Amino acid sequence: MMWLSPSEGEALHLSLSVAARSVALSLPVAILLAWVLTRRRFLGHTLLDAFVHLPLVLPPVVVGYLLLVLFGTRGPIGSWLERVLGVELIFTRNGAALATAVMSFPLMVRAMRLSLENVDRGLEEAARTLGAGAIDRFATITLPLMLPGVLAGAITAFSAALGEFGAVITFVSNIPGETRTLPLALYSALQTPGGDTAAARLAFISFALGLSGLVLSEWFARRVRRLLGR
Amino acid sequence: MLSVTVKKRRGSFSLDAHFELPTPGVVALFGRSGCGKSTLVNAIAGLLDADSGRVALDDSVLLDTEQRLCIPPEHRRIGYVFQNARLFPHMSVAANLKYGERRAPSQRFVGLDTVAGLLDLGPLMGRRTHQLSGGERQRVAIGRALLSQPRLLLLDEPLAALDAARRDEVLPYLENLRDQLAIPMVYVSHDFDEVLRLATHVVLMESGKTIAQGGVGEMSLNRGLRSIIGADAVGAIVDGTVLGTDPASGLMRVKLGHGELRVEAANFAVGAKLRVQLLARDLIVATQAPQHLSVRNILTGVITTVASDDTDSDLVAIDIGGTTIMARVTKAATRDLSLEPGLPAWALVKAVSLRGHSFAAPPATSSARRGA
Repeated sequence: MMWLSPSEGEALHLSLSVAARSVALSLPVAILLAWVLTRRRFLGHTLLDAFVHLPLVLPPVVVGYLLLVLFGTRGPIGSWLERVLGVELIFTRNGAALATAVMSFPLMVRAMRLSLENVDRGLEEAARTLGAGAIDRFATITLPLMLPGVLAGAITAFSAALGEFGAVITFVSNIPGETRTLPLALYSALQTPGGDTAAARLAFISFALGLSGLVLSEWFARRVRRLLGR
Repeated sequence: MLSVTVKKRRGSFSLDAHFELPTPGVVALFGRSGCGKSTLVNAIAGLLDADSGRVALDDSVLLDTEQRLCIPPEHRRIGYVFQNARLFPHMSVAANLKYGERRAPSQRFVGLDTVAGLLDLGPLMGRRTHQLSGGERQRVAIGRALLSQPRLLLLDEPLAALDAARRDEVLPYLENLRDQLAIPMVYVSHDFDEVLRLATHVVLMESGKTIAQGGVGEMSLNRGLRSIIGADAVGAIVDGTVLGTDPASGLMRVKLGHGELRVEAANFAVGAKLRVQLLARDLIVATQAPQHLSVRNILTGVITTVASDDTDSDLVAIDIGGTTIMARVTKAATRDLSLEPGLPAWALVKAVSLRGHSFAAPPATSSARRGA
């Protein structure tokens, strides 16, 4: 990537790395929650549903603040993570991944639920009469059939993670090389006198990234559909 | 022996069913759409929780609400063929077939080659499921269920979604299964023709209740049938034995009771079982030996019952030597001929009104083959 300056390359690389970690973190949880919310009826269902969607309606700064309270070094979860697992979130790229994961989580769950609702439960029943237990059925029937939704969710979440700003800057600040992703770098460039060109270049990188992501996801979705015989 | 007792309330609908089937055999659950046949089958499979009941197959109990026992469907070893096949769209035909086989206990009674042969699945093996016709899909679904090595096969209107031509394409395969595998089947249908061709036993259902049950021959005389299949389709179903072909007419001679019928049918081997339905409307009753008639099929017997059919006709049951046939006559004829039980009678049947179906009794139970 010769045409990128070192700092631009760093921001791009960091954005991709944070987004990838964010998707890896949220994917299994989102699949589980999508399944629970679609297939189970229980007390508190509506509340859980609302809770999952909360990041969509809350200002990102609020999410960042809540993360800071919970996952900060003195927060109840943050201190435990640091003591027991040695994981430090604050001011790190893992922290940035957590913030973007929380922000993009509802988008991911929504895409998966849509696709899971279209999975014919009759097929799961058929698998059941053929001797497949619950986990077996999920792995061999439900998950493969909801794969378009899982992929769509992952791609949407990845794209959203690339662009997350408010929650990231609130939770893990804007540290070059550690938490300064593309949008944060763009923001910093705008704050710097004479940074207009740099800002424009960063905006263009974001634009190119987003476009190729969309094209790639469309191609992917078509392949999966063909694989599922539709 | 399959023994089923199930009670289930769902909204305004209530299912209250009980039936027994000597195994192996094919029992047809027969009744109008919406009478609870599918609900009952789902309860047998365990896909639907019964409010109360007991399901036992040979010596294993699958459900007993009194004992708080309910084996989950995945452990019941009951094959289920659904009306719309329910093939897994993300798998090839071969993978669909092997899905149940891979999860079956190691003791097998039927293998892929046998099933593929019985159902002629070889040419379909490499295809994707969306490339199959309706009839082919159903054949694959039946094969998939069989390969899971079930102790009982449930078929929920497997032909209802097919047009007449496809239905005729699949039916012979089902007859094949019945005759060659000693597997008990519960066959749900609202098409009496399928029952006629496949079943050994019939359970009549009406608005959630099992109202009558018995062998096919016995049930074909049941009065409850009339309201479901209509007066014109009523008639005794009798199993006869092929005696040979009459060289003069080319018709097949079939022994029925102590009499003999000539049937227009494809060539069957001497000694083969042949099932025919004698529609009540196609029988003519005489109280003296008829002479100088073009009708070749005349069965002699004794009238056992004369029952009112509707406002102006009666159904006359005639025992022709251990087998009962049934004729519809006008009430005026009953009066004029003084038809009554005990009277000798001659039943005249036009050969063309008969349909022959091959029907071999399923081989005797071999519980060892089906595993414990």
